[in-house]
Amino acid sequence: MSIAPAEFETRPERRSEDYLWTLNFGPQHPATHTTLRLVLKLEGERVVDAMPEMGYLHSGFEKIGEHLTFNQYVTVTDRMNYISPMANNVAWHQAVEKLLGIELTPRCTYIRTIIAELARISDHLLCNGAVGLDTGAFTFFLYAFYQREVIYDIFETLCGARFTNSYTRVGGVSQDITPLVIEKIRGFLKTFPKTLDDMERLLNRNRIFVDRTKGVGLLTKAEAINRGATGPVARASGVTRDLRRDEPYLAYADLDFQVCCAAAGDCYARYLVRMQEMRESLKIVEQALENLPEGPVNVGIDQRTALPTKQQVYSTIEGTISHFELSMSNRGFEVPCEESYAAIEAPNGELGFYIVGDGEDAAYRARCRPPSVLHFALFPHLIRGHTLSDIVAVLGSLNIIAAELDR
Amino acid sequence: MPQPSDAASESAPVNSHVAALEDAFGPLENSVFRDQQRVVLPAEHSPAAFAVLKDRGFDLLVDVSCVDYLEYRGAKHRYGLIYLLASTAGNQRLTVRVFVDDPDPTVASLAPLWEAANWLEREVWDLFGIRFTGHPDLRRLVLPEAFTAHPLRKDYPLQGRGERHNFPVITRDHS
Repeated sequence: MSIAPAEFETRPERRSEDYLWTLNFGPQHPATHTTLRLVLKLEGERVVDAMPEMGYLHSGFEKIGEHLTFNQYVTVTDRMNYISPMANNVAWHQAVEKLLGIELTPRCTYIRTIIAELARISDHLLCNGAVGLDTGAFTFFLYAFYQREVIYDIFETLCGARFTNSYTRVGGVSQDITPLVIEKIRGFLKTFPKTLDDMERLLNRNRIFVDRTKGVGLLTKAEAINRGATGPVARASGVTRDLRRDEPYLAYADLDFQVCCAAAGDCYARYLVRMQEMRESLKIVEQALENLPEGPVNVGIDQRTALPTKQQVYSTIEGTISHFELSMSNRGFEVPCEESYAAIEAPNGELGFYIVGDGEDAAYRARCRPPSVLHFALFPHLIRGHTLSDIVAVLGSLNIIAAELDR
Repeated sequence: MPQPSDAASESAPVNSHVAALEDAFGPLENSVFRDQQRVVLPAEHSPAAFAVLKDRGFDLLVDVSCVDYLEYRGAKHRYGLIYLLASTAGNQRLTVRVFVDDPDPTVASLAPLWEAANWLEREVWDLFGIRFTGHPDLRRLVLPEAFTAHPLRKDYPLQGRGERHNFPVITRDHS
């Protein structure tokens, strides 16, 4: 007796996919750090495919941007990348000032440069710390987080808020930098390099860490450009693009620093680039502090673009008038019916705002170009073929912040 | 002092790219605002012109987004897509605008050219309801699939249309 071949063919075919196992990772999982979800297809421990899903933290920030004035919206930008809110503040008001055609005072550009670089350090500390934490290096995380605390203290002394700073204003900043803040920053500049040395000694040649990150999540240069990667993720793949050097904004043209790159394109390279960038940021902050120009911090009140200080409001008639006019909906900024895009090199990558003005004090459209979206889209490409335990290393090295991802 | 990259000094000025586009596709509306070169591209030229730009060195698609010009003073079209291009070697930027209108706002997808366009176009579809033909996976990106509106359109109210209150609550028994 033989089974007819035709009978074989009618049986449902056994596909190789039948052996795959589907695992839901997130949106509530300690290793995602924020609310994002991955649906993984596993073959044993190996990831065959990953489907990232986002939107759990979508709060309509861009819609809100069409209803809040240019000065009010800075509070919302704080909540985008809440790991480095100062960088978001700087990015938002840089875009607004470009649209409005406001020229900042030299002192203001230096102050913004200093806080943007401190924000970069705190962001890189958290990102690298989290990579360490997820791959088992808990001590490293504590070293990193302690230093973040120091930067929080500096920001608190500077503007009164630790976490959601809302420090910048159209045409200036909310408070001038005080000698106490400068002293604290100098203290940080003195102590932080030692901590960085310690951190590098902890992980750079740590066998477990290197084994878990080297060769994991490879991104080639061509793929990095094609998939829109920016910032440390792109620079770790050999893309030498850094907006601080390529399109010098604020005071970066006057300062001396290196663009940190690596060629390997794996998680370890991204870690190294971030570590090195912190040292460069220290150099930038140090130079900016040394050369901090004297003079007014905000654009003059005669130009009716920056809110005057309380001192000016209460003691001069020009200040009172300027304050009133800027607070009135029909007398505020002169906004052209035009649109412009301005971007900064945020810690995560290119963070830009495309603002459409229609003559009102609020933007007609406030598009935020978040680096996290494009980096999260990279994830399936990076993780295919790696094991389940590599997910946390890859996810951590991309530094995805869900609040910025979903907006 | 930071040095500009070598390629920047060699590459052609940014409006030469616009001239190259005009050679291929006829006269195009273009303007400069705050040193930003912008060019308006008719929707029918969309994928071909972007391929030309990509060949001319604009290898990085920075952003794809959209503006709803409903009630905007002097606007001739309802939706204006924004494509921000940059060249990583030549250090140049170009803003390309493509305008589309109701009732069927459709434009060709750039996903075959740049992988970066994949999610960015999904976001535009999600929030503006613009269809991208040739997109490999045009699903909503940030909102749930069951959502029916496109909330960044200007005729959608800031407070929403009650979606928050009518959101289905999934219990453990009915998940």
